[in-house]
Amino acid sequence: MGSGRLYAAVAAGGFRRYATYRAATAAGVFTNTVFGLILVYTYLALWEAEPHLGGYDQAQAVTFVWLGQALLSTLAIGGGGFEDELMERIRTGDIAVDLYRPADLQLWWLAADLGRALFQLLGRGVVPFAFGAVFFPIALPREASAWAAFLVAVLLAMVVSFGLRYLVALSAFWLMDGTGVTQMAWLAGFFCSGMLLPLNVFPGALGEVVRALPWSSMLQAPADVLLGEAGAPGTFAFQAGWALALLALGRLVQSAATRRVVVQGG
Amino acid sequence: MAEAGDAAEVTAGAAVRGGRVAEGLRAYRLIVAMWIRSTMAYRTSFVLTTLGNFAMTALDFVAILLMFSRVDALGGYALGEVAFLYGLTSLSFGIADLAIGSMERLGRRVRDGTLDTLLVRPAPVLAQVAADRFGLRRLGRITQGALILAYALVTVGIDWTPGKLLLMPVMVVSGAGIFCAVFVAAAAFQFVAQDAAEVANAFTYGGTTLLQYPPTVFARELVRGVTFVVPLAFVNWLPASYVLERPYPLDLPAWVAFAPPAVAVACCALAGLAWRAGLRSYRSTGS
Repeated sequence: MGSGRLYAAVAAGGFRRYATYRAATAAGVFTNTVFGLILVYTYLALWEAEPHLGGYDQAQAVTFVWLGQALLSTLAIGGGGFEDELMERIRTGDIAVDLYRPADLQLWWLAADLGRALFQLLGRGVVPFAFGAVFFPIALPREASAWAAFLVAVLLAMVVSFGLRYLVALSAFWLMDGTGVTQMAWLAGFFCSGMLLPLNVFPGALGEVVRALPWSSMLQAPADVLLGEAGAPGTFAFQAGWALALLALGRLVQSAATRRVVVQGG
Repeated sequence: MAEAGDAAEVTAGAAVRGGRVAEGLRAYRLIVAMWIRSTMAYRTSFVLTTLGNFAMTALDFVAILLMFSRVDALGGYALGEVAFLYGLTSLSFGIADLAIGSMERLGRRVRDGTLDTLLVRPAPVLAQVAADRFGLRRLGRITQGALILAYALVTVGIDWTPGKLLLMPVMVVSGAGIFCAVFVAAAAFQFVAQDAAEVANAFTYGGTTLLQYPPTVFARELVRGVTFVVPLAFVNWLPASYVLERPYPLDLPAWVAFAPPAVAVACCALAGLAWRAGLRSYRSTGS
């Protein structure tokens, strides 16, 4: 089997695996919709008090809320992707078996996670977003090219998200228990991706800093492409730069881990 | 004669029920004490996870602070007043979460069949499930809520009367009772839909997120829903309107500010019934 087909099969497996749990998906859709409903009213009040806050109008702010709910599980901003499983394999020593396999560890998990992300985009993202579009005034582009650019930005966001969580997972080689690192990743993800509040609303220098960090590739970047607030080529370059840097760092950490760390187990 | 017999039976029934409650509380206390001892075996880990819990729950308030860095009022409420609402709901929710928050893991126990172990033990199942994996780290959320509430009390110049002073602790305890009922009802729902555990998050975490903001922000239908269907408004919105001397949501009469204890008792009773129905409908996955 060619290696391209192998990783395609792994990605398809990731997709099917998450597609199996229909009740869990429905429950997730419901919860995302409820949270979207709560957030949308707070944002409406915020933009009521300060129209054009952060350069968005009210409709753009509403769109941002529903986009956030649609992408929350896709981009695993609050965790919940492959990383818990990989950390568990590192802790128990099963990782030794993975390293013997004739497949690249990083690409294997990337493929599986992209499959998961794709399912959650369709299974968990579309319905809350459609709900928001039907019941609230939102701002969406009419041109197909804008939607295509948005999908590319989401795909790049998936890779950046994977790159960050791969580093989180590899920390288990040294720390064994990943609880603390997972918590930090959750905090950083919510705060710096725009999930807490759009990054263009952050005041002054704090705003400058969070907009330059990798997390801003995750929610803020695709949202700004869809809302027509950022040019596609510049955004793609920013996201791709972070994606490559994080994947390269992941490789570096992986080789350090596999060379220097003694794997647990009998 | 028959009447006296009935009366004796009723008294005996009440005594048995009272005995069950005492037994349940005793089992709960013992299991909780065990988990606390086990937590304290790894003291550093406990301190770090508590700090993590504190930081994670504080993030919501950071969002509010960021909002108020750009505006002076949200839905007509100033920062101090929003902090008042935030502190009250966080404290109530934090207490409920600490006491029985682990119940959200019930779906997992149903799926993997370990609930059967609890059924054969000579202690009420509700007490065992509620105390299961008791997480002392959740003190982080309570501490955070208490700090924000203290900040609000210092900032907002409340015109204290005996009624308002009395309402404060009553509100926190009743609010915790209402959230406990939500946790129990959500756990009962998991007997029916094991994989759909996440639905509960919409009412627990979603509920406390909703209550952090003033009722004036939300649509009337939504406020109606959380007043009459899932009565979360009694946790803080209605009693806080009395303390802050704000207009009541939905133009409700003033006495509703003192209704939270009754609402909490009613909610707990309904949740108890739901729990019984759920437990009766349980079929083991077998092996």
